[in-house]
Amino acid sequence: MPKVTIDGREIDAPDGVNLIQAAERAGIEIPHYCYHPGLSVVGNCRMCLVEVEKAPKLQIACNTRVADGMVVHTKSERTIRAQKAVLEFLLINHPIDCPVCDQAGECKLQDYYMDYDAQASRFPLGKKNKKGKALDVGSGVMLDQERCILCARCTRFFDEVTHTSELAIFERGDHCEIDTYPGRKIDNKYAGNVVDICPVGALTEKDFRFRMRVWYLHRTPSVCGGCERGCSIDIYHHRGRIYRYKPRYNPAVNSYWMCDEGRHGFPALQGETRLTAPLAQDKDRLVPETWASALRRLASRIREFGNANGANSIGAVIGAQSTNEEAFALKRLMVDTIGSDRLATVSWSAPGASGDDELLIRANKNPNTRGLAALGLPAHGLDALANAVAAGELKMLIVMRADLVRMLGEEEFVRRFGALDYMVVLDTDANETCQMANQVLPIAAYPELEGSFTNFQGRVQRLSQAFPPPGQALPAIEALARLGHALDGGERPSSAKDVFAEMAAAESSFRGLTLEALGPNGAELAGLSS
Amino acid sequence: MERILTRWIDIPDLRHLNVYEAHGGYKALRKALFDMTPEEIINEVKASNLRGRGGAAFPTGVKWSFIPKDSKKPVYVCCNADESEPGTFANRYQLENDPHGIIEGILITCRAVGAHTCYVYLRGEFNLQKRRLDEAIAEARAKGYVGRNIMGSGFDVEIYTHRGAGAYICGEETGLLESLEGKRAYPRNRPPFPAIQGAFGCPTVVNNVETLTNVPHIITRGGDWYKSIGPEKSPGPKLFCLSGHVNKPGLYELPMGYPLKDLIYEVGGGILGGKKLKGVIPGGSSFPIFTAEEAVKVNMDFDSVRAAGSLMGTAGVMVMNEDTCMVDALRTIAHFYHHESCGQCTPCREGCGWIEKLLIDLEAGRGRMEDLEILIDAATNMEGNTVCVLADSLSMPVKSFVPKFRDEFEEHVRLGRCPFRETGTAAKGHAAAAAAR
Ligand SMILES: Cc1cc2nc3c(=O)[nH]c(=O)nc-3n(C[C@H](O)[C@H](O)[C@H](O)COP(=O)(O)O)c2cc1C
Ligand code: SF4
Ligand code: SF4
Ligand code: FES
Repeated sequence: MPKVTIDGREIDAPDGVNLIQAAERAGIEIPHYCYHPGLSVVGNCRMCLVEVEKAPKLQIACNTRVADGMVVHTKSERTIRAQKAVLEFLLINHPIDCPVCDQAGECKLQDYYMDYDAQASRFPLGKKNKKGKALDVGSGVMLDQERCILCARCTRFFDEVTHTSELAIFERGDHCEIDTYPGRKIDNKYAGNVVDICPVGALTEKDFRFRMRVWYLHRTPSVCGGCERGCSIDIYHHRGRIYRYKPRYNPAVNSYWMCDEGRHGFPALQGETRLTAPLAQDKDRLVPETWASALRRLASRIREFGNANGANSIGAVIGAQSTNEEAFALKRLMVDTIGSDRLATVSWSAPGASGDDELLIRANKNPNTRGLAALGLPAHGLDALANAVAAGELKMLIVMRADLVRMLGEEEFVRRFGALDYMVVLDTDANETCQMANQVLPIAAYPELEGSFTNFQGRVQRLSQAFPPPGQALPAIEALARLGHALDGGERPSSAKDVFAEMAAAESSFRGLTLEALGPNGAELAGLSS
Repeated sequence: MERILTRWIDIPDLRHLNVYEAHGGYKALRKALFDMTPEEIINEVKASNLRGRGGAAFPTGVKWSFIPKDSKKPVYVCCNADESEPGTFANRYQLENDPHGIIEGILITCRAVGAHTCYVYLRGEFNLQKRRLDEAIAEARAKGYVGRNIMGSGFDVEIYTHRGAGAYICGEETGLLESLEGKRAYPRNRPPFPAIQGAFGCPTVVNNVETLTNVPHIITRGGDWYKSIGPEKSPGPKLFCLSGHVNKPGLYELPMGYPLKDLIYEVGGGILGGKKLKGVIPGGSSFPIFTAEEAVKVNMDFDSVRAAGSLMGTAGVMVMNEDTCMVDALRTIAHFYHHESCGQCTPCREGCGWIEKLLIDLEAGRGRMEDLEILIDAATNMEGNTVCVLADSLSMPVKSFVPKFRDEFEEHVRLGRCPFRETGTAAKGHAAAAAAR
């Protein structure tokens, strides 16, 4: 490993890294705009100029690879002068419309101005070049050409990552501007990423802008539930509402990116149909009740069916939207407590959903299909359940996170499962299946719980609770623990950490893993060679 | 003095192959193909001390020696015929009148560096020039001098001519390569240098037209002969583009080291209208200006001009007489660089425009004294901090004009107008500039 000295500190840096990365390892910030680790190096912003001993000119840190014995100064007089100079140049034609700019608070121009410049402008406002503002360039992206610092991150993203090249730089010199080609718009499934990587307020998201000042938002690391890729994300939320998702770097899963479908998936989790209280059928209506009464009712039904028809008259359907812990807890409850092995899984994607592509998007829109398989649950198995219903063997069904009616269509559902005596649904929303249920238990959506998903590659990734579920909704593992208690009076773990530990002890695929040790990038299932 | 690079003046129709060959043409190529190894060619050019004529004055033989030997990738030669520097018009006459001299230089260079393909990048406006070169390439091909198995030697070279779409930055060698590859002519960060990763990611030599035309003469007559013309470290015959306020502007071939004073007063016939000399930019618009007192002491070779505080660049000598408004002259220069900055890197993109705007105000009498300091500051902040040296090319004029003619700049501020506005040659320029704005 080459040794470099940055600001008097000796740093061991792996071969091939540049000075920005090397400095970062020692906690030294070299300010930069155009450099992005997920894109090629263009070296155009010149913000990263630093003094490298023995080089006559200042060098751009982004294009300078570490070499043994290199001595770098990021706070020397020459470096500081260059930093101030570049910021002054960048602000010459900048409209300084920060009070009405939605990037304020997370703008690298604002940040670096405070940290590295902080001097009065020497350029008169009236002489600034005028360019386009609030241009709708397609795919939910808004462009302000005056705020653009021409770092070419966005153009490189569309050139190098999506290979769609919708944005380009037009004109020359200080008339340069980012734009789409005449008559064309941005049209790809990853457009939102350019908003993330734009260091300033030039690219903003139509859906997010002006909805919430970013300094009020809290950030919780999580995983996108949009498909079986499970991109690492940060959930940005305020007072129990999600305002946006942004991709979180994960070299093993999604690099720096996520798709627009996943990015815009959160409104579905906080719609009008969220369930906030347990419901029970009363004639042809569902009426709210307390958890205590709901669980008492359910436990006695389970006992009744078990006593009358045997434990195998009770079955369960586990949707692949469930977390590993939820699926494990329900499996445990069914097999060990109730004594039934009638289990099925459902991994359903709506017709017309996007198919696999070469970047991230997967046709399977369920985040945890692989996790259910790793727990030894049968893939599908719904037909076997339907046959058992037809044969009069299966009387009661517990359905967790699977909208069977939507999936099968009402007619088909009734044909296959209409003969059931009792159906209980655990879900987040009042979906069509709930309407047919005898009992409904409201559970937390994945941003509201602790737990994990296993993506299609077999990577177990951690979910963190951004905020509690609405109303009386409970994390499903807690609901299941309470149900277990109602059935046999025994105590069961109800925290994700403890359920995970039980799962790791019981299930070979999860052996050796703990929820805490998954880390920000997740960990592979046991037995997968990396 | 014997004319070497401008033999067409003495030899009518030199641009035709039969005439060119009748006067010794393609003998150097034959020698290079049959009597010399590539190594020997490079050594001869190194020994000649030939330095690039495109502006940077880099030793040509040394540049060639950077091309990796036994490269696994193809090696390319690019002939830079983008000639866009203000006050520079040597290559255009060479292309019109001595295309075979260029072709022969290209072929020998290809042999030296092991290239089988040469791209000639011509500026977009070079219509006639491209035609002449294409005709000459066709003639040479018919004779077996271009294409496969040149002169039966087994060595192949294909030459392609490519016309740019018209931007100064296409002449910067890495901008040229980008443009050649079909992209926007954004100069590249170095390293990697073109010798390692040039055109299409392959080792590439980029040489100016005039540089290449020196090569056949060096091969025929030897590096020692070449070095004996002018100063040893900066030798050779040189094309000077004399323009501005002189009686006889034009293209002149003179030995390196020729006194600037003689170039202006003898060769150029003195200052237009019998006026006094005020300043000279010796190398195109990109370099520091000399005052009259400095100019008359300088010899025109790379090292002498550098020692005197400027650079010889393309040897585009721009002469300004006492009626010239130096604020307006600098404004004109700033307008050029503002217009031509590719806009890729921050200091140049923003700095060139800032400087032009300051100078427009100063020239119009709307300037402030502190603007002079801002000018110097902005220019200093651009210098050395960019991808290519276009930014320095405006910085250097600014940082020489302002201190050297400070009185004139201050007078504009004090009077609140241009003192040259109603009189002198500047008045005409004003009218044109005002119309353009
Ligand atoms: C802005 C800019 C414009 C340039 N334009 C030209 C040009 O038109 N022709 C040229 O030969 N060199 C030009 N150069 C110099 C080239 O980058 C390069 O140094 C030269 O072609 C190398 O050839 P030489 O070694 O034979 O001089 C330019 C450089 C800069 C920075
Ligand atoms: S729009 Fe943003 S990302 Fe694109 S070039 Fe401008 S500043 Fe950079
Ligand atoms: S210095 Fe100017 S011309 Fe050169 S790359 Fe930068 S912006 Fe373009
Ligand atoms: S980050 Fe290095 S030049 Fe932009």
